[in-house]
Amino acid sequence: MDRFVLEFERPLIELEKRIQGMKEYSRDEDVEMSEEIAKLEEKALKLSKDIYTKLTRWQKVQLARHPQRPYTLDHIQRMTRFFIEVHGDRAYGDDPAIVAGFGAIEDEHVVIVGHQKGRTTKEKLYRNFGMPHPEGFRKALKAMKLGSKFHRPIVCLLDTPGAHPGIGAEERGQAEAIARNLFEMSHLPVPILVIVIGEGASGGALGIGVGDRLLMLENTWYSVISPEGCAAILWRDSARADLAADAMKVTSQDLLDMKILDKIIPEPAGGAHRDHDKAAAILKQAILEELEQLKQIPPEILIENRIEKFGKMGFWDESYT
Amino acid sequence: MAWFKRSSAGIAPQEKKELPNGLWLKCEKCDEIIYQKELDRNLWVCLKCGYHMRMKSKMYIKILLDDGSFEEFNAHIKSVDALKFKAQKRYQDQLKTTVKNTGMNDAVITGFGKINSYPVVFCVMDFSFIGGSMGSVVGEKIAQATKQSIEKKLPLIIISASGGARMMEGALSLMQMAKTSAYIAKLSDLGLPYISIITNPTTGGVTASYSMLGDIIIAEPGALIGFAGPRVIKQTIGQDLPEGFQTSEFLLNHGFIDVIFTRTEMKEKLTLLLEFFGCQKEETDESQEASENSPNE
Repeated sequence: MDRFVLEFERPLIELEKRIQGMKEYSRDEDVEMSEEIAKLEEKALKLSKDIYTKLTRWQKVQLARHPQRPYTLDHIQRMTRFFIEVHGDRAYGDDPAIVAGFGAIEDEHVVIVGHQKGRTTKEKLYRNFGMPHPEGFRKALKAMKLGSKFHRPIVCLLDTPGAHPGIGAEERGQAEAIARNLFEMSHLPVPILVIVIGEGASGGALGIGVGDRLLMLENTWYSVISPEGCAAILWRDSARADLAADAMKVTSQDLLDMKILDKIIPEPAGGAHRDHDKAAAILKQAILEELEQLKQIPPEILIENRIEKFGKMGFWDESYT
Repeated sequence: MAWFKRSSAGIAPQEKKELPNGLWLKCEKCDEIIYQKELDRNLWVCLKCGYHMRMKSKMYIKILLDDGSFEEFNAHIKSVDALKFKAQKRYQDQLKTTVKNTGMNDAVITGFGKINSYPVVFCVMDFSFIGGSMGSVVGEKIAQATKQSIEKKLPLIIISASGGARMMEGALSLMQMAKTSAYIAKLSDLGLPYISIITNPTTGGVTASYSMLGDIIIAEPGALIGFAGPRVIKQTIGQDLPEGFQTSEFLLNHGFIDVIFTRTEMKEKLTLLLEFFGCQKEETDESQEASENSPNE
């Protein structure tokens, strides 16, 4: 598959291609070029640092939705010893935009739920671009409740451009499904670990996003509406999404500053899309570390802490002036 | 001079919905011209077609709670511009103007009150404050009100009217959905009743959190209730929406609200529900005195 290249990545990708070409030439023709290659590699490293340490918010949003970014099932496949996916909400249907199931990460038995995007056009349509319908949220809740019954921690992987806005979704209670999940997740007596692995858009993300710890991969975004949606409302022009991303402060670092986020998980150099294996390995390590800590906390205290955690979120002025 | 304001209203379309100070008003539904005093008497329900017009939060307090029983709390909590949000105008300026124009500090009023002598914790949202949007303050005040319910073992009543989460507070406003829902879950675990009353319009993050979590969910007739706004849905699917889509009656038919009550019958029905839930009446001093005195008469 041809690599999809974002505009700001282009200089680096081109340099990397040149290095690759020189390496191949050097090997095939048996020409000594190691010095030149080393120089270029050093240059590439510097360039990569230059690009990726100075990303704008909008560039991070683009990385978060990079077409080659690892999705929920890519991570699950690499992290778990086994994973049994379960389907359906036992009421209406199965929503492929959300994946839910039971598995083991090393010796840790966990419930995993996550939004799922598609890679090819056909897959994208099948997954509805990772935009859940009510039955997706209800399927996730079904799996989480079962996990809680058997005292298994829950891992939620968030990656959605939003809950689906459509007639069917409204008819089947999109708002109720999200509200129900917020309600139920806030008092499930098992550890819940929430990680934004791509896009965290609004209620569609939060609908599987209430937990004891909230983590985000480095190049992800999470906010109340997509930058495009915000721009469409504020400037009547979705093309000004870059301004909206800055106004709403949507990146992982921003959420850390807002005291919403507990931790940022680093990505492989240049972003998770450049090395799926490494990204999953880092993610897996982070999950195991967090669960190890959360497992020590008795259920009643876990729930009390969880409610208080969200209780503290927000900023307001309580002075009487 | 209201038309001068409209051109620069930007993201505050609620301003143009503000009713003029005229003596005569037009029903938004049937165009009937109604004398304002008469409308006031009829609780802002159109005399001809029964359409429930938008009503100020203070009016709900007046028509649902016993006279003089309302004691507001947390009225002083104000929004801050934590993100230094700036689009065409600054959030900070918008807050200042709105506080001045509405005389409220934010989009929800919370307090203790009595409904036919049943003490309750009462929250009512007001659409005239930045479209009734939920930011940190709405979330915090709803959470605090829920905590008061828990502490005093009182039923919780929330009247919703909201365009959703407040964009100008980014992820902070999104998290208020989780915050309010979490405290309502706690309330529920303790067996205390929560009555959600949904009015026109209630969409987005408020529908997708506490509005839909009532032990009983009541709607006023003809209210717009949904997750996504009708305009967004229309744009997404590129076709016209069915007649009556996302109205109270539509939600009732699809099983997502329990009952529709008109404004006129709301207080009476709430009283019966509170009786059913086993809530305790608390007579006011006056009525207590009356009952204490009665044997002597």
